[in-house]
Amino acid sequence: MARLADLAEWEREHLLHLRDQAPRFPTQPWVEGPPLARRRVALISTAGLHGRDDPPFTGNAGATEYRVIPSDVAAADLVMSHVSVNFDRTGFRRDADLVFPLSRLKELAAEGFVGSVADFHYSFMGAPFPPTRFEASARRLAGLLARDRVDAAVLVPV
Amino acid sequence: MSAVGHYLEEEGIATTGISLVREHSEAMRPPRALWVPFMLGRPLGAPNAPAFQRDVLRAALELLERPRGPVLEDYPHEAPVPETDVVIADGEACPVNFGRAPQRAGAHPLAGRLAEEIAQLRPWRELGARRRGGSTFGVSGRTPEDAGAFVVAFLGETPPENDRPGQSLGQALKLAVDDLRAFYEEAAAAQPGEFGSEALMRWFYLETVAGEALLDLQRKARASDDESVRTVAERSLVPRAILNRPRA
Repeated sequence: MARLADLAEWEREHLLHLRDQAPRFPTQPWVEGPPLARRRVALISTAGLHGRDDPPFTGNAGATEYRVIPSDVAAADLVMSHVSVNFDRTGFRRDADLVFPLSRLKELAAEGFVGSVADFHYSFMGAPFPPTRFEASARRLAGLLARDRVDAAVLVPV
Repeated sequence: MSAVGHYLEEEGIATTGISLVREHSEAMRPPRALWVPFMLGRPLGAPNAPAFQRDVLRAALELLERPRGPVLEDYPHEAPVPETDVVIADGEACPVNFGRAPQRAGAHPLAGRLAEEIAQLRPWRELGARRRGGSTFGVSGRTPEDAGAFVVAFLGETPPENDRPGQSLGQALKLAVDDLRAFYEEAAAAQPGEFGSEALMRWFYLETVAGEALLDLQRKARASDDESVRTVAERSLVPRAILNRPRA
């Protein structure tokens, strides 16, 4: 479905326009780590997720901050305040793991595929453009991940 | 998403991720990305498919063991499609028979019909929430009835007061619309059959009173005096797939 060739022309053109406007990074950083079975993993979503009682994402220029999602969150407490209406939400309404696979990550940790699950996970609202606007909050987030002893972050878009 | 990965990696955190638009990942070259052939909004493929979701997540994590990068690999499987997926025919889903709802003096003509539609959908939505063990409704802090009334008030001569300090009027509108759509889609999803996402979207926007109100509002609010309302009307009230739909 997200193959450009399968999309309507107006949607394909929109996505190609974003591609053409997106920044190119001069370097490709690469961090190594221990085997997967010893890694501590956090999820980072850009779906505009947060707890029901958290402040919603604002959708304006200040919308590059993140929300914290503790590992013991109940899936039924997660809501979405993403500014875009141009992606499917019906799947998320049925199953939060479709967008935020915390239960799946816990299962992979239980079977030893990864070492452990971080205490905290995070969500951005991925609409601000260009995405270089996330730089400051992403760099701040790295410090929090390190304090949680995270050595693998899984980025999940929407 | 690619940019967040780039900055985290620069700060010493190894990242991997899912890519929904391969062309974007090719351009931005995040350290590790698994492209998946799933629709936007469904990065793990399909709801209530834990084994499939686990396989996608496992494939993304395995990229962390590649010796060098950037890595952009393709996930080889399509998302499973429920065999019971049905298309909602016009007027078939959520049959709502509108009586002559009493109109309050001065209320917009859609206000009474919308309130009645919400009342008739409520049992389905409550059934859905019980089955799921919760609801995705609740970003606006309003009841469904209040969310509907707030949205319809924008169709009147003067826009409603902003009753949400700290939010722009446009944001308050957007969150009320998000909740209204969550309420309707949860109600429809609780009904017999498994409705596809496009069928639900078309039903909400083209078959319901709420959708009629939003299409009206999308046109009207683009001329609002309030910039935040104009921005929401232009970008965030009605999906591009509905605005660009082929017309008979």
